Amino acid sequence: MKQHVELELRNHPAELHKFRFRLSICAGFVLILFLILYARFYYLQIIQQEHYYTLAEANRIFISPLVPNRGLIYDRNGRILAQNYSAYTLEVVPSQIQDLEATLNELAEIIEITPTDRQRFKKLLKESKRFKSLPVRSRLTDEEIATFAVNRYRFPGVEIKARVLRQYPEKEIVSHIIGYISRINDQDLEQLERNDELHNYRGSQHIGKIGIEQSYEKQLHGIAGFEEVETDAAGRSIRVLSRTTPIPGNNLILSLDLGLQEAAEKAFGEHRGALVALDPNNGEVLAFVSKPGYDNNLFIGGIDQENWNLLNGSIDRPLNNRALRGVYPPGSTFKPFMALAALELGKRSPEYSMSDPGYFSLPGVDRRYRDWKRGGHGRVDLHKSLVVSCDTYYYSLANDLGIDNIHSFIGQFGLGRRTGIDIEGEVAGLLPSSAWKMSQYKQKWYAGDTISVSIGQGYNLATPLQLAFATMIIANNGKAYVPRLVKQIQNSQTGEIEDIPARMLYSVYMKPKNLEVVKNALVDVTRPGGTAAKAGANAAYTFAGKTGTSQVIAIKQGERYNEKAINERHRDHAMFIAYAPAENPKIALAVLVENTGTGGSTAAPIARQVFDYFLLGKPAEAAVAQLTEPLADHDHEHL
Amino acid sequence: MIEIKKIWHFLTRYVDSFLLIGILALMAVGLVVLYSATGANIARVSNQMINMLIALAVMWLVANIPLQQMMRLALPMYILGLILLIGVALFGEINNGARRWLNIGVTRIQPSELMKIAIPLMMAWYFDKHEIALRLRDYLGATVLLLLPVLLILRQPDLGTAILITTSGFYVLFLAGLSWRIIVGLAVTAAGSLPVFWTVMHDYQRKRIITLLDPSQDPLGAGYHTIQSSIAIGSGGVTGKGWQNGTQAQLDFLPEQSTDFIFAVFSEEFGLVGNTVLLLLYLLVIGRCLVITANASTQFTRLIAGSITLTFCTYIVVNMGMVSGILPIVGVPLPLISYGGTSMVTMLLGFGILMSIQTHPKLVKT
Repeated sequence: MKQHVELELRNHPAELHKFRFRLSICAGFVLILFLILYARFYYLQIIQQEHYYTLAEANRIFISPLVPNRGLIYDRNGRILAQNYSAYTLEVVPSQIQDLEATLNELAEIIEITPTDRQRFKKLLKESKRFKSLPVRSRLTDEEIATFAVNRYRFPGVEIKARVLRQYPEKEIVSHIIGYISRINDQDLEQLERNDELHNYRGSQHIGKIGIEQSYEKQLHGIAGFEEVETDAAGRSIRVLSRTTPIPGNNLILSLDLGLQEAAEKAFGEHRGALVALDPNNGEVLAFVSKPGYDNNLFIGGIDQENWNLLNGSIDRPLNNRALRGVYPPGSTFKPFMALAALELGKRSPEYSMSDPGYFSLPGVDRRYRDWKRGGHGRVDLHKSLVVSCDTYYYSLANDLGIDNIHSFIGQFGLGRRTGIDIEGEVAGLLPSSAWKMSQYKQKWYAGDTISVSIGQGYNLATPLQLAFATMIIANNGKAYVPRLVKQIQNSQTGEIEDIPARMLYSVYMKPKNLEVVKNALVDVTRPGGTAAKAGANAAYTFAGKTGTSQVIAIKQGERYNEKAINERHRDHAMFIAYAPAENPKIALAVLVENTGTGGSTAAPIARQVFDYFLLGKPAEAAVAQLTEPLADHDHEHL
Repeated sequence: MIEIKKIWHFLTRYVDSFLLIGILALMAVGLVVLYSATGANIARVSNQMINMLIALAVMWLVANIPLQQMMRLALPMYILGLILLIGVALFGEINNGARRWLNIGVTRIQPSELMKIAIPLMMAWYFDKHEIALRLRDYLGATVLLLLPVLLILRQPDLGTAILITTSGFYVLFLAGLSWRIIVGLAVTAAGSLPVFWTVMHDYQRKRIITLLDPSQDPLGAGYHTIQSSIAIGSGGVTGKGWQNGTQAQLDFLPEQSTDFIFAVFSEEFGLVGNTVLLLLYLLVIGRCLVITANASTQFTRLIAGSITLTFCTYIVVNMGMVSGILPIVGVPLPLISYGGTSMVTMLLGFGILMSIQTHPKLVKT
């Protein structure tokens, strides 16, 4: 009891009151803090809930793109030109590796990595972002995969991935048509972004760079799918939440006849040059040769420096698509178009003939424009002018036609402008006019300029593709079909094959009788007495053509062209345009053989091989042997 | 029957059942969240149950200590704590750049944890001694008692613990009646010395404060914890994602999810509704503690009870504040919920003292 009294005494009411007051302040303070906390929870969980929910979802859901399989490419007979195969590749993410060199060396101890692989990888490394997965080796064997799996812990940042890779079984034979795909670079990314297609390429490693692979990229690539994968903070996949399967790219069926292409390749032998063969009935490209080609497989995974130097530095310029981008003076292959212009514009009649002294001079000018044949061809009418390729006839014709008539009439045959073939990079060539010369050189057109243009020299430049296009228009009596490499597209989903219809740009009106005169002359070119008589000998079909020679270096006034004295690379190019069968043409083509002299002797025999294969199914052989001896004089048609 | 009654009486005599129920409810919540936070790890949940049992035993023991005994313990405990802190400074083990642990052969101990109880105890004892007429020098004396160990803890360095201990000491000073003028003066001085404080702080401490002000400055580094826990809480919404369904927690985006950040796990899975329930449970416990404090009979018991109660509140506010991104990240567990034995024991030791104050006959000074 005493205790209690004392206690009460010690518990002075004032003191207790003061303490309780202070405690209340603390309690109030705590309550305020709790309210602040509660306000914070309210803010986070009610006001900002959506925002944070989105962030949480973004944290856990990783959208993993599923790359669609690229469409295949076939020739018109179903032979495969570009295919896919699955392979395991050894890939490295450079940003995850401290010492790349050391890692590669260690890897090389367990998996074969050739110096070429290394070079290729180094080049790739320079061109790529460091967080991208880059292949070191592809096509790993089962054994190599097993070896790596055992040693995997030693190589963080190195992984084996299952990839679908591209392959071009025909390599150089069709490289200039198919082109290639290669790794997507910064420029490609920009381009994709501009076209708003970037989303479809997440996960894609390759994109068409050139050729069909480039121009039909949209068809071939397909539509990417994606997987929503739940991942933990360490990036490990936990489970797949949803999956949208990718839609594979469509298959392309080319108008190209691989057999014909091979025959043409073979006919060229070791020569450089180009050949374009079109179906005059619809513009389909039957053969499209640019020699030499290159192994387009080298570019898929990124080409190594050594091979790149080899290709890029070669004097033969294998990367240059001669058929599409090579411009050459058309030479005498220009004459049939001149002849048509003369007839159509009424400057010459088929009956008109002139005497050819072997040269032509403009009225009042001393300068002599010489015919290729010393002393001339005697009396020459239009028919003969084509058969023997008389220059003098065209010199005088040129003067009567004038450049602007030539330009506007022959322009209808597609010279001087792009044909619109379905691969990119085509060049326009040049069909000169007075206006062109004024704008280009600020000079007026001289009558002398027209003289050289008339025989396909001077400012005249055309691609083999353009010449084939022009030839097609003669062969089919005026129909300008757009040349196209892709004939059909096969839907990857349904398997349905959709034909791409022939597209006729316009038709060139020519009087049938005028056409007949020229076409008859072209048939006679391949007959005895014609400049391509040798190539046309014993043909089982009628074969129309025109030879030409394309000057590489100009011959000075008063000099003669001497083949032996001229560096091989400076020799003239042989040209030949042709179609067959003449009465109902199924194929029209242009051939260019570089640095071999005259069209009749080297280019025409190649055309003959191609026709024999295409029309008769006859296997081809090298049409022209490597030039070892000078050509015989009698069929040396120069200019 | 009589035997059982006797045992029951023995067990419950000094236990405050109201407080106990509140504590057990919070512990139950803690175990449920821990099960989810550890990814259904039974071993860790059992481990925590053992921690809880030990802590409850400690609480029971302390609750049974009469207050005179407790007062006698104050000085020796304080001196022992001080010696151990000096020991840490001299021979402590360096871990993560801080010297906080002392190896005493059998086990490693963290003396600053002991000080969390020893300091308020010591200060309350000190004020009790000078109770009749407290003068300024008494407050100064108490402040010295407080600052000595705090400075040693700051040197370790352990800013979080130092602040928490200072706070618990300040509560004693405040409740003992420290004059308002001095409190205001201190507040002004503290505000004025913030820049000085800034310059002596360690880099990681500064970083934490910058991170608090703008977590997005360093989203993968120092700001990561704050951002991820805010996401967890916010994405929980009103009702939460459901037990064991919190993606932030289950997929390891949350740091320290069973210890300091366990509240984020709870909040993500049980939402604002869960938070409300949890806060109410805490308020219940706090309310009971306040009642015990208000009814305490002596200066010593009042001050120690007040300090323990307010420190408990401080832990809750600081932990929830840091997890929800309004306070810097300091290593403070959520009382009764976070995984860990030491903090559980310290916390229940405090509740044991409160129970002792409530249940023992009111004492007189000897």
